[in-house]
Amino acid sequence: MPHDHHDHDHLSPSDHPYRSDDDVPLTYWQQMEIALRELLIEKGVTTPEEIARQIDAMDARSPANGAALVARAWTDPAFKERLLQDASAASRDMGFDIGPLRLIAVENTAQVHNVIVCTLCSCYPRNLLGLPPDWYKSRAYRSRTVKEPRKVLFEFGLTLPDETTVRVHDSTADMRYIVLPARPKGTDGWDRDRLAELVTRDSMVGTGLPSTPA
Amino acid sequence: MGHVRAPAYLRGRIGTIERPLGAFPDPERLAYGQPAPARALYCVRFTMAELWGDSAESPSDTVDAELYDTWLERLD
Amino acid sequence: MTNTPSFYGRRWHDMGGSKAGPILDETHDFALWEKRVDALMVLCSGKGHFTVDGLRRALEDMGEAAYEEMSYYERWIATISQNLIEAGVITQSELADRMAQVAVRGDTYGEASRA
Repeated sequence: MPHDHHDHDHLSPSDHPYRSDDDVPLTYWQQMEIALRELLIEKGVTTPEEIARQIDAMDARSPANGAALVARAWTDPAFKERLLQDASAASRDMGFDIGPLRLIAVENTAQVHNVIVCTLCSCYPRNLLGLPPDWYKSRAYRSRTVKEPRKVLFEFGLTLPDETTVRVHDSTADMRYIVLPARPKGTDGWDRDRLAELVTRDSMVGTGLPSTPA
Repeated sequence: MGHVRAPAYLRGRIGTIERPLGAFPDPERLAYGQPAPARALYCVRFTMAELWGDSAESPSDTVDAELYDTWLERLD
Repeated sequence: MTNTPSFYGRRWHDMGGSKAGPILDETHDFALWEKRVDALMVLCSGKGHFTVDGLRRALEDMGEAAYEEMSYYERWIATISQNLIEAGVITQSELADRMAQVAVRGDTYGEASRA
């Protein structure tokens, strides 16, 4: 078969080196991946190039995509309206390839703080934000967020006022959710690129807030 | 039994429809490779007080979940 | 108001509201083999060989021990294989024979995947 695709061995979207996996002992499940991949290629179900393209497409998705949406919504009221009406369409307007993702944006305000979870599996807006962090898929996060979201948020370093309503979204079916966080104070006049740098992944899941201006 | 997409913690609880989400093939049939008729899907909002009673962390906080009409019963 | 009743139909993966420990702020960068599992999942479901619902069903049927003991993409490669066998795309013996061939190519993922 053609040589392996090694272009992914550089840096991840979070600027960390990918875990080296060429020199770790071969596991049973890695054997299964290799065997299945080869069989699917031989049977014409897919090709090495198609697999490499799919990996590239997934690698290109990162929280920076969501940050760009949020920053535009903070500066462009008509876009914000569109984002809240139809976040999939707004994402495509921005040129993001989100595949069949059905995205709903929920807005944080002075009165409401939104947080996203999937209690049944680990649904996540991966076609916009990239693959989820491990904690999002953990038993602790999936179990506790629908019952004690304030304690969970506290563990992420976020304490909300009693008068703020916490609105948890359990992604149980075909929709995926992104939080539109509130624009930080002290950012008047900032352009979109500068604002986007404040928008963290966690602020779009609801387990954090945007960074505060330095 | 089987693949079910209505979480146990919501079953038998009273919520309000926040918005209709459209119709989608029934995931509980798709999971077994069977013909999956489209089912109406709703975003339903529950208060923490309704879900957890006296042990609610903050009674007026809410949970929104997506539920198919097969799992919903109208309250008149 | 009563506490949450226990449901006979509640299965291990249906975790909402259960007691659990602290959230550990953990994540890792994905290994190449994990990205390949992810790509195979997207490509095969996109081509109609299975649905994500079918994967979830197989994952749930693997049981709680698999969730605790296997990593995320270990569980996914198992469920992808299960669904492709059910769909008739591959057979059990094809997969077993190829895995045995892969196993003797070398001691590392790199050696085994470059043959």
